[in-house]
Amino acid sequence: MISGPFEPVSYDPASSGYIFSRMQVIETLVDVNDDGTLRPGLATGWQSNDDFSEWTFHLREGVTFHDGSTMNAEVVRKSLAVAFGKPVPFDASLVKDLTIPDAHTVVFTLSQHYRPFPSLMSNYTMAILSPASFGKFNRTTALIGTGPYKITDFQPPHNISTVRFDDYWGRPGSIKEVEYITGHRSETRALMVKTGQADIVYNLDPAAVEMLKSDDSVSVFSELIPRTTLIKLNLDDPILADRSVRQALSLALDRTGIASGILRVPGIEANQLFGPGMGVWYMNDLPPPSQSLKQAKALLEQAGWELANDGVRYRNGKSLEMNMITYANRPELIIIATAIQDQWAQAGVKLNVHMENSSAIPSGHTDGTLQTALMARNFANIPDPLGILLADFTSEQGGEWGPMNWQNPALFSLIEQIGRETSEASLPAQARDVIRTINDDLPLIPVVYYMQHSAVSDRLQHFSFDPYERSFRIADLQIRSEP
Amino acid sequence: MKRILLNRLLQAILMMWSVGTLTFILVRLLPGDMAYKIAAGRYGDDAVSTAAANAVSAELGLDKPAFQQYLHWLWDLLSLDLGNSLVSGAPIIVELQNQLSFTLVLAGCAIVVAALIAFPLGMFCGVKADSGWDRASLTMSTFVRSQPVFCLGLLLIFLFAMELKWFPVAGYGGVPYAILPVLTLAISLAAVSSRVVRNSTRTAVKSAWFEFSRIKGLSSRRAFVRHALPNILLPALAFMGIQLIGLIEGVIMIESLFAWPGIGHGLSHAVFARDIPMLQGTALVMGFLFVLINALVDVSYYLLDPRQQEVQS
Repeated sequence: MISGPFEPVSYDPASSGYIFSRMQVIETLVDVNDDGTLRPGLATGWQSNDDFSEWTFHLREGVTFHDGSTMNAEVVRKSLAVAFGKPVPFDASLVKDLTIPDAHTVVFTLSQHYRPFPSLMSNYTMAILSPASFGKFNRTTALIGTGPYKITDFQPPHNISTVRFDDYWGRPGSIKEVEYITGHRSETRALMVKTGQADIVYNLDPAAVEMLKSDDSVSVFSELIPRTTLIKLNLDDPILADRSVRQALSLALDRTGIASGILRVPGIEANQLFGPGMGVWYMNDLPPPSQSLKQAKALLEQAGWELANDGVRYRNGKSLEMNMITYANRPELIIIATAIQDQWAQAGVKLNVHMENSSAIPSGHTDGTLQTALMARNFANIPDPLGILLADFTSEQGGEWGPMNWQNPALFSLIEQIGRETSEASLPAQARDVIRTINDDLPLIPVVYYMQHSAVSDRLQHFSFDPYERSFRIADLQIRSEP
Repeated sequence: MKRILLNRLLQAILMMWSVGTLTFILVRLLPGDMAYKIAAGRYGDDAVSTAAANAVSAELGLDKPAFQQYLHWLWDLLSLDLGNSLVSGAPIIVELQNQLSFTLVLAGCAIVVAALIAFPLGMFCGVKADSGWDRASLTMSTFVRSQPVFCLGLLLIFLFAMELKWFPVAGYGGVPYAILPVLTLAISLAAVSSRVVRNSTRTAVKSAWFEFSRIKGLSSRRAFVRHALPNILLPALAFMGIQLIGLIEGVIMIESLFAWPGIGHGLSHAVFARDIPMLQGTALVMGFLFVLINALVDVSYYLLDPRQQEVQS
């Protein structure tokens, strides 16, 4: 039995596909290695034309759905056509046409050249389902996938029961039945694994980790995942338009305090946008971030913000006061936000923290009311950082979960150029340029990287954690035989 | 008795309309764009975007005038259709049946167990009022009541699931799973209701009529059962009726601690995700239950208290 905080609300892959992918019920054309590179999934290979505007995928043969039907190009086309009609984590108008020259090949014609296209096909919303999964108006009424486990019972949002699928195309699992139960609280999940009621629990908080570390029958796994806690800034704001103010705000942060004191994971302080393990997009020779209140204060003074008797800075009679929104679903965010409030106060910046729903960030971005926001940005949805950069860092508009009203035409065109480049050779140098520019200009302030804690009962062996959180890797697990 | 029930039925109908309407208005008064909140509920924090919110708005007709949407809802209600959840797309009635039955089992068992604890304990303390036992029970119930029910649940988990390994920590699917949440709720309820029972017992045994029944020669046991008990039951029953209502609404902490798939959890998520049909459906059923439980308390009063029957007839 597995427990995590994720609440599957329906069969729809657009909504709950992430959990069905982790339970290994559904699969995508492209799979992802631990280092973010792509590997064959339901497609055995892919290639593009010279300008990345047409992509050909070769489908794996002999793949059977849980209902016994066979996967072929027609089925894949139908499944993806439904998926493109729903919210997807990229611009849905990108795919102009989908053709099937033969039963084992699908060809995507794109509306523009798009180099990281295969990484989009690894997203859970692009899972390949049997046609019998869809009911009226293409609603997902059942989830008939191709994975090594198939659903036997689903009680949203509490429970998913699966059983091994014996006609799986790959190596079948050794465990016969697997159940997922939503454990809403971290404490509950920790106790479930401690008592042996659950075998694997995910997303533990620091307190639970401390408790489980002293337990001999449970092993705790902590791994960095491609998610960065960032401060989003509205650069149209008269305060934040000034680069030296942004630098001061970054310098005033005590990231070490946040990492060690709040999250109890020393060493996850973020000094750039993407974390370690993101290939060429991570610069491992940057100095670790350090707090310097002195420098921060000096920068603010230079920018004309003078400290007044009330401890807040003023410029032309206007106070250095800002709003920050954050959301409740990730409990650590509000604590980090209040820590930032205190740290910035020491530099004379007044911050009002507002607890919101996560949707306040895209909605505040779109209507322009957002000033600053603390968010945990997921970079695993599209495993190629180039996809994220092309989406969020190529226009002043920015991205709803990325920069806002930032202008840097030179960088925008550099990223677009990388998107067109056919050779891999120049990528490392170009990636460094991009990361260095973002770091210098600070359209977003990186705070900490994300450490994910899970705990596993010693009854199981061969556990491994997928940093891209695509799979619980149940099929690899074995139950240890009793001594 | 017919009149009691007829009155309550009228109340129920009026209540269903007003609660549904109020929910509709209140949810619309909440700050923030509904389509965004629904999109966050549907697609999760990482995938909520303006594109998703626009798609939700178009699909659900959220751009239509509120009045039109309200009439649409009223018409559906008249045809006994509670609609579909905006988040999961499943019919509300199915979701309610699922979640409410879990909560009702939890609440029903808890109130029975609470009564099993509260009545013997309360009566004992009432008869032995101001004794060491009574004071100990007061201290204990103050202690239990003064901490969040959540802590009590954790204490029980530590004792029964971790140390003794008698019951599972959390989840559902069989009697063993229900025992700890039921016990947590029951102890917390009994902490207060035992004091109510204790006070009415004390009033009863100290009263002139009880003394008279003893003087007229009844044994203490018969006097207690025949004269004191009905008088103790009445206030305790009314109190537990109210407790039960509060319980159904207030189990959310317990449900989330024990991963119990009840209505409290469903309701809180519906608020965050602005799932209006779900909120309206839940509010309706809750309101209906409120009237129903009150009606049941009325009826049991009627049956237990001869004075009521005289008044009514």
